[in-house]
This record gives sequence, C-alpha cells and structure tokens, in this order.
Amino acid sequence: MSTATSVSRTPPSFGEEALRAHPGRTGEPAWLGEQRDAAFASYQDLLSRPLDPEEWKRVDLRSFQPGKFRLADASSLSAQFQSLMDTRAEFAGIVSHVDGHRVESRLDPALAARGVLFGSLHELARSHGDLLKEKLFSAVRPDVDRMAAWHSAFLTGGTVLYVPRNVELKAPLYSLIGLDQAGAADFSHTLVILEEGAQATLLEETASTTSDRPGLHVGCVELLVGQGARLRYVQLQNWNQQTFHFAHQKGIVARDASLQWTVGGIGSRLSHVHQDVVLDGPGASGEVNGCTFATHRQLLSYYTQQTHRAVNTHSDLLYKDVLRDEARVVWRGMIRVDPGAQQTDGYQRNDSLLLSPEARADSIPGLEIEADDVRCTHGSTAGRVDEDQIFYLMCRGISRYEAMHMIVEGFFHSIYDRIAVDVVRETLSRSVERKLGIGL
Amino acid sequence: MSSVLKVENLCVSIDEKLILKGVDLEVRQGEIHALMGPNGSGKSTLAYALMGHPKYELVDGRISIDGESLNELEPDARARKGIFLAFQYPVTVPGVKVADFLRHAVTNVRNPNRKEGEGLIPMREFRAELKSRMEELGIEPEFARRYLNDGFSGGEKKRMEILQLAMLRPKFAILDETDSGLDSDAVRFVSEAISRLAGPDMAIIIITHHERLLEFNRPQHTHVLLAGRVVERGDARLAHELHDQGYTGVRQRHPEAAAEEQAAADAGNRQPAAAR
Ligand SMILES: Nc1ncnc2c1ncn2[C@@H]1O[C@H](COP(=O)(O)OP(=O)(O)OP(=O)(O)O)[C@@H](O)[C@H]1O
Ligand SMILES: [Mg+2]
Repeated sequence: MSTATSVSRTPPSFGEEALRAHPGRTGEPAWLGEQRDAAFASYQDLLSRPLDPEEWKRVDLRSFQPGKFRLADASSLSAQFQSLMDTRAEFAGIVSHVDGHRVESRLDPALAARGVLFGSLHELARSHGDLLKEKLFSAVRPDVDRMAAWHSAFLTGGTVLYVPRNVELKAPLYSLIGLDQAGAADFSHTLVILEEGAQATLLEETASTTSDRPGLHVGCVELLVGQGARLRYVQLQNWNQQTFHFAHQKGIVARDASLQWTVGGIGSRLSHVHQDVVLDGPGASGEVNGCTFATHRQLLSYYTQQTHRAVNTHSDLLYKDVLRDEARVVWRGMIRVDPGAQQTDGYQRNDSLLLSPEARADSIPGLEIEADDVRCTHGSTAGRVDEDQIFYLMCRGISRYEAMHMIVEGFFHSIYDRIAVDVVRETLSRSVERKLGIGL
Repeated sequence: MSSVLKVENLCVSIDEKLILKGVDLEVRQGEIHALMGPNGSGKSTLAYALMGHPKYELVDGRISIDGESLNELEPDARARKGIFLAFQYPVTVPGVKVADFLRHAVTNVRNPNRKEGEGLIPMREFRAELKSRMEELGIEPEFARRYLNDGFSGGEKKRMEILQLAMLRPKFAILDETDSGLDSDAVRFVSEAISRLAGPDMAIIIITHHERLLEFNRPQHTHVLLAGRVVERGDARLAHELHDQGYTGVRQRHPEAAAEEQAAADAGNRQPAAAR
C-alpha cells in the first residue's frame, strides 16, 4: 500500500543520530529523555507496519517526503506572523513557539499566584516534573500509532496549561505555534490539565511566517478535564499551503465535566488529524465543532471518535466544510458506546458546501454501540453553491465576491453560533474572507 | 431631470431557445406600467433579462438608462444603477440574516462606487430605518434576525421583497407577480404600501394577473406580451379589459403571435413524449 511505504523508512533527519543530537535534550529531565528513546523504538517498530487502513485509506501520503524536513537549531525571534488572533483580544497569558523553540511565555501574575501554570513544556518539565511526568502522554500513549510515536521521540516542546481546583479563568489564554524556516519541523505538544471544578478557555493557533516555505508539524494535544470542570479549547490550523500537518489529539472528560472543542482547518497542504473525545465519567459532555475551508489542491482529513465510557454522557459533533478548486476534505467519524454506558446521547454531523465542481468531500459516519439504552444519530450532507442564490443577492447590489462570502458565512453560521467566543468567530470569519479573496 | 429606462429590440434566449423576440419598452421615473400577458409569454424572462441573469442570453438589442448601455453590466452593477426586481419566486439564503444582508445591499446601492471591504452604513442609522420600514409593512421585528426567506411563508416572502424595495428605493422597480400567493387582506396591504412608495422618483413596472395592485397603482401604460413580443399597448383600460375578458381577444387580433405561442406549447408537450 502506497500510504504504508511512503513514510516507512527513517530519513536521516529523523534517525538515531538526529534523536541523539535533538536540541530539546539539553537540560531536560532524565524521564523525558528516556521517554524519547522508548518512543523512538516504538516509532521504528511502527514504521515497519502499515498505517491503520480505516484511518488512512483516503489520505494519499505520496506527496509527503519526511526527508525534506528537519529540526531547526534555533528560531528567529523576530519572526513576523500573519497571526489572526494575537492582537485581537485581551489574553490572560500568551505562550508562543517558532520552529519548535519557545519565543514568549507570560501569564497574568494574579493567576500565577492562584497556582495556575501556563508556559512552555520544557520549562515546566523542569519546574513541575512530577506533574508533567504523570500527565504527559497519559491520554495519547506514545506507542498508540506511528505519528504519536514519531511525535513523542522528537518532541520539540509545547504549551502546558494547568488550572488548580475550582479556579475559574475568565479571560482566554493564547498559544501560538509558528513555523518560519524552510523545511523546519515542529513536534509541539499541547497539554491542558483542569482540576476538579476549574474553568478555562485556551485559543491556539498554528501559523507560518511565509506563504511558500515548506514546513512540517507532527503534533499532539491532550486535554484532561477533571470532574465538573469546563474547558473550551480552540485550535485554528492556519499553516501556509506548503505545510504538512499531522496530529493526534485526545480529550478525556471526567464526571459532570464538559469540553467544548473547536477545530478550524484553513491551511496546510495536507493535514490529518486524529481527534478523540472520551466521555469518561457519568454526566460528562463533549461538544466538537469543526470548521474547514479548503482550496487549491489542499487535502484536509479528520478522523474523529466520540467514545462514551460512562452512563448518562453526551457528545455532539458538527463539522462544516467548504471546498473550492480541487480541494478535498475527508471526514471519518465514529461514535463508540461501551457496554454499560447507558442513557448516552451521541450525535455527529458533517455538512459540506462545494464551491467548484472539481472539489470533493468524503463523509463517512459510523456507530459502534454496545449498550442498548442509548440515542445515537448521525447525518451528513453535501451541496453546491446555488447560482440562484448568488443571482438573488447580486440583484440587491451585492457583488459576486460578497455574495459568495455571505453564502459561505451563512453556511458556517450554525458553527459560529455554537462558539461563544467573539475573537474566534471573528478570526475564523476573517480567514475565510481572506481565502475567498484568492482566485475569485 | 427624470431618468429613462429604455429597452430596444430586446431578443433573449434561454438554452439556445429564443424567448423574447424584439421587445421595446420605455419607462420614465415616476411612471407606472402594467406588463401583462398569458402564462409563458415572457414577462419573467423580460424581468430577469433586465437584471442581467447569466442564463438569459441577450442575443440582440439594447438596455439603457439615460442612454448609457447596461448590456455588459453584472446584476449587482445594474442594481446600483437603480433597477430592482421583486422576484416572482424569492430565493432562500440559509444562514444569512435579513438585517445583515440588507445592510450590505443598502450600502452598495446608496454608494454605488463603494469598493469591496469598505465600511457599511452606520449600524444605528440602519437599524432605525429598517425598524420603521418593517413597521410600515406590518413585518414583525424578529424577521430582521431571521435567515433570508428561510422558512418564510409565501406571503412573508413577498412582503420581504417589498421591504427590500422600500429600503433600496430604486429608480425602476419591477414587481413580478408580487400579489400572487398573498391572501386578499395582504394584497390590499401590499398594494397600499407600494402606492405609498411610488412617487416621482420611482417607476414601477407591475407584472400581474390580478387587478388589485393596479387599482391602487393605476398604470399610465399597459403592455401586452404574447409569445415574446409586445403585441398591444394601451392605458389602464387595456389592463382592466384583459382582466375581465382574458387573452382570447388578443390572440384573435394577433394570429401570428398566437400561432407561435401554440407552436411553442406543442413543442414543449412533444419533448416529454419523445423522452419517454
Ligand atoms: N430557465 C428556463 N429554461 C427553459 N425555458 C424557460 C426557462 N425560463 C423560462 N422558460 C420558458 O420561457 C417562456 C417564458 O417564460 P416566463 O417565465 O418568462 O413566462 P411568464 O410570462 O413570466 O409566465 P407566468 O405568467 O406563468 O409567470 C416559457 O415558455 C418558459 O417555459
Ligand atoms: Mg412569470
């Protein structure tokens, strides 16, 4: 199988020597180094085996050559981003990384005084080793699949948020993951830990400094939402169209806790995101919002799972995709209900809007239900922009471009309505607008 | 000085089929015209062609305002020149709120030279204006926040067209069967509303099969279309007469056009048979 062979040989930039010379090793605790070595062994082992066909079947990796990417030695501190969010809101803290190196890290001192941690993974691994050792890779195991193993071995750092018991953060936090140098590879990790009753909002953005330098991101997100806690997490993937994006992401939601997880997929040449939400305790709920806009020859792929492990849990997933040119979006979704997870309510839906005849959307919902007293439903639709709508709007003095924009925004409206954070809504809307401006 | 919309020898085809076969029309700001004709005679086609619908190919002829040709203009540019069409079948646009849509429309039509991305008319002003127009038309305020025509009843859609007319205040308004689908109270209400909107700055071209609209908005000119040609012209009396007596007389007076109408109908009937 082509997808299996294309990444199956270790390129020198990700070989044993590269691992030994990994810049992240300097000053990191021994346990993290040991974890790297173990993950590298898993990585080598997993490379010799095919990728899970169910997950990767529709993702053609032939255009991806890992050997073209390498870890960057240092980042340029003056990197300029077309960041969409960072100046748009009052954030209680900011952490940013460029080419896998920390650039900035700050947190409102009042929150720090209450025990909140928000900073770079490297620093916190040194200062709060016990906490990180326990939680890091607790949701996404390094040997779970090839991408996770690759990520764990070559981890370049990342962003950690820890909110103690019953602490509620009002203002959102912001994390930026940037790529600058041509061929730079980023293996950054996002770890969020909310203790019982805590509340927080983290907005994360991935962005490139240029529109043409190739980049690679092999990321991982772990969201650990404690009992009764509430987390809102947004990740806006906004790389340039020369970047490859692979991510294994998982949220674990404890009893009576809730997670609202919003994914924006705008950039990248090819991206594949494995996104899991696990409802781990009675009364847990998870809402997943996906909003993608693919153009040119982009391929955006999402493999989502909603796993109900306990009684009376609730999950609700809505992905909305807009496609233009020859772009392709693949969504493969699964709701799993464990035996005994009675009175669960699972929902998944994927709608696509095609702006050109060459664009293609694949939508494959699925259910695996092992309990009998549940309500699980799914649906998907795909439609084209209606020329009659465009004509109607144009008859009222609205240009074709504006009409198209209105219709796309209208399509995303049900997602925007669910995201109660203005800055996210505006950011998504602006990136859509910017993208619509190209090639019309 | 009042503007003139001029249509000369307009020939329009849809999918290679010639529908309008040389229509002439001259409408001056402030005038009321009735455009009549049996089903399929080309009234809506004329309306769409005036707006520049991409499917309606202009094979020959000229559309102009005050001598300036509109032939090459996109529908939005025509709207900015002051033409408005109230659709016979208004289109639903899910997710687009009536107020947002109208704010864009009003901004563009009032500032025809606005570039994309330039500011919209101030929110406060716009809201106040929208609110009073809606009140005048008996439209519930919540409609401003609803998605455009989404889930609206037939009558509500027609009112929405008139609301747009009231907000955009065009020089030339074409009302394509705005009275169909309305109950009789609503027809009266809308007819009155239109007569209030009419005035020296607005010309109205009324396409209708009923009399109510014309009672409140008495046309100075009536044009009768048959098989894509204007076969008769007159004043309000002609409209009244057609309403009373139907089109039999018109067909008798214009046997050639009537024959073309018959031939088109036969061709239309044959096609499905051939496909069978
Ligand atoms: N999109 C189209 N494709 C093919 N033929 C069309 C199309 N639209 C209209 N026609 C044809 O053009 C002719 C004129 O139609 P039009 O809708 O202009 O009539 P009308 O006078 O508005 O009729 P009505 O009173 O029923 O609304 C009809 O024969 C119709 O079938
Ligand atoms: Mg008609």
